[in-house]
Amino acid sequence: MAMLEVQDLHAWYGASHILHGVSITVRQGEVVALVGRNGAGKTTTIRSVMGLMPRISGGIRFDGADLTALKAHDRYRLGLAYVPEERRIVPGLTVRENLQLGLVASAAKINEREAIDEIAESFPRLKERLDQEGATMSGGEQQMLAIARAMIGRPKMILLDEPSEGIMPVLVEEMGVLFRRLRDQGVTLLLVEQNVEWALRLADRAVIVDQGEVVHESSSAALLADKAIQERYCAV
Amino acid sequence: MDAELILIQLFSGVALGAILVITALGLSIIFGMLGVVNFAHGALFMIGAYAGLWVASLTGSFWWGLLVAPIMIGVFGMAIEWLLVRPLYGRSVDDPLLLTFGLSYVLVEAVRIVFGNDGIPFPTPSQLTGVANLGVGYFPIYRLFVIVVVAVVLLLLWLALEKTKFGLIVRAGSRDPTIMRVLGVNISKVWLLVFGVGVGLAALGGVLAGPMRTVNPEMGSLVLIEAFVVTVIGGLGSLLGSVVAGLLVGVAISMTALFAPEMGTIVMFALMALVLLVRPRGLFGKAA
Repeated sequence: MAMLEVQDLHAWYGASHILHGVSITVRQGEVVALVGRNGAGKTTTIRSVMGLMPRISGGIRFDGADLTALKAHDRYRLGLAYVPEERRIVPGLTVRENLQLGLVASAAKINEREAIDEIAESFPRLKERLDQEGATMSGGEQQMLAIARAMIGRPKMILLDEPSEGIMPVLVEEMGVLFRRLRDQGVTLLLVEQNVEWALRLADRAVIVDQGEVVHESSSAALLADKAIQERYCAV
Repeated sequence: MDAELILIQLFSGVALGAILVITALGLSIIFGMLGVVNFAHGALFMIGAYAGLWVASLTGSFWWGLLVAPIMIGVFGMAIEWLLVRPLYGRSVDDPLLLTFGLSYVLVEAVRIVFGNDGIPFPTPSQLTGVANLGVGYFPIYRLFVIVVVAVVLLLLWLALEKTKFGLIVRAGSRDPTIMRVLGVNISKVWLLVFGVGVGLAALGGVLAGPMRTVNPEMGSLVLIEAFVVTVIGGLGSLLGSVVAGLLVGVAISMTALFAPEMGTIVMFALMALVLLVRPRGLFGKAA
């Protein structure tokens, strides 16, 4: 069953036409890696799915619902979460309060204390820092917090924008373990990455975008083996 | 000059400051959350005083005026946000500034047409007239009452901001509205409510100030300037700053009236200049 269906998506920033008819399908429970060069349109694609682009055309369906007319906050309430590249940990708020933000509007009825305890078990680094200001942590810890905040409302699907960027390798490995566990729990993931090898090892399928169009789609194992295509579309 | 007079004047300054605090807080909350410099704040303070007077005369009770007028004008403020300010979000900060500047003239003229140019006395409720002996001197009961009301409202605001889910949304949303949207919060609704609360605080200031002066169409223009001075001294967007600076300005004005009456209007600007020289961000302002 398709969890996310993007059909012939076009997107604009002002006058510049960024996406030229992107179509992507992500099935329920799948991990899909969205890769490609800088400026290829990866971030724009997931921002469009989340409802953050000023102007788009085309169809976006999520879990059977048409998203195109819905605002970003309504999309979250349908079970679609998003971890932006900049992480956006709210300054002045503690780690705990940042986590609570993931629950204030969640559709699922969730006991706040239990949910935070549960998250603290999955993220030992956050557990020790629950009452510390979130924005004072290291980049890697902030990334973990951003992911935890997106997970805590128990979404059906999470869109992740370059979660491994600028993070020490040991944390990237931890993150990989976490994403596998999320998939085992049935959460669908769409992973935008520059760290192509890492993303392909995690993902079931891979989609390459280039200059605002989908240029390749295959199992991630197939793309991992095909150095020529990787070289052609993903080399920096 | 005897100590009791100074004490009474100091106390008078705290009561005046309390009204400044509540009015400037409204201005500060609206600026902190929406980034809108509300130039109609003084006019809404004035409308609040008229609304309080009107409700009090209809019901025969000051208490209804005190309770209902801020809510009424707060709802009116929400209508202003919804109809006039909202279409200007995402544009230059000057646009809402010009809009509210124009709106303040419209409101003042509308009040002139309905209630006339002349000041109307706002009777002090009978339970609150007279003076109370606090051991160190005799203080007007109404001014004591103003200080207590403002203290209670401040406490309620603090509890709402720090201890409730809505307060968490407001604190986070004033730092980063986008992240709130992708976490499921309809931030437009939050802005609407915050604008309403901010305007309601101005109206509350107006009702409380009513019995301490006559109610007239121009009563908001000086208050607007004072409230701006308070938010600048306290640090734009800082609520604690508004409280401290409001009391400071109130006491400064009041003490100047006693020792150097001719300096009465200039003292708050001198205070502002002094603070800005030492701390350009204001007393409690955070770095941009």
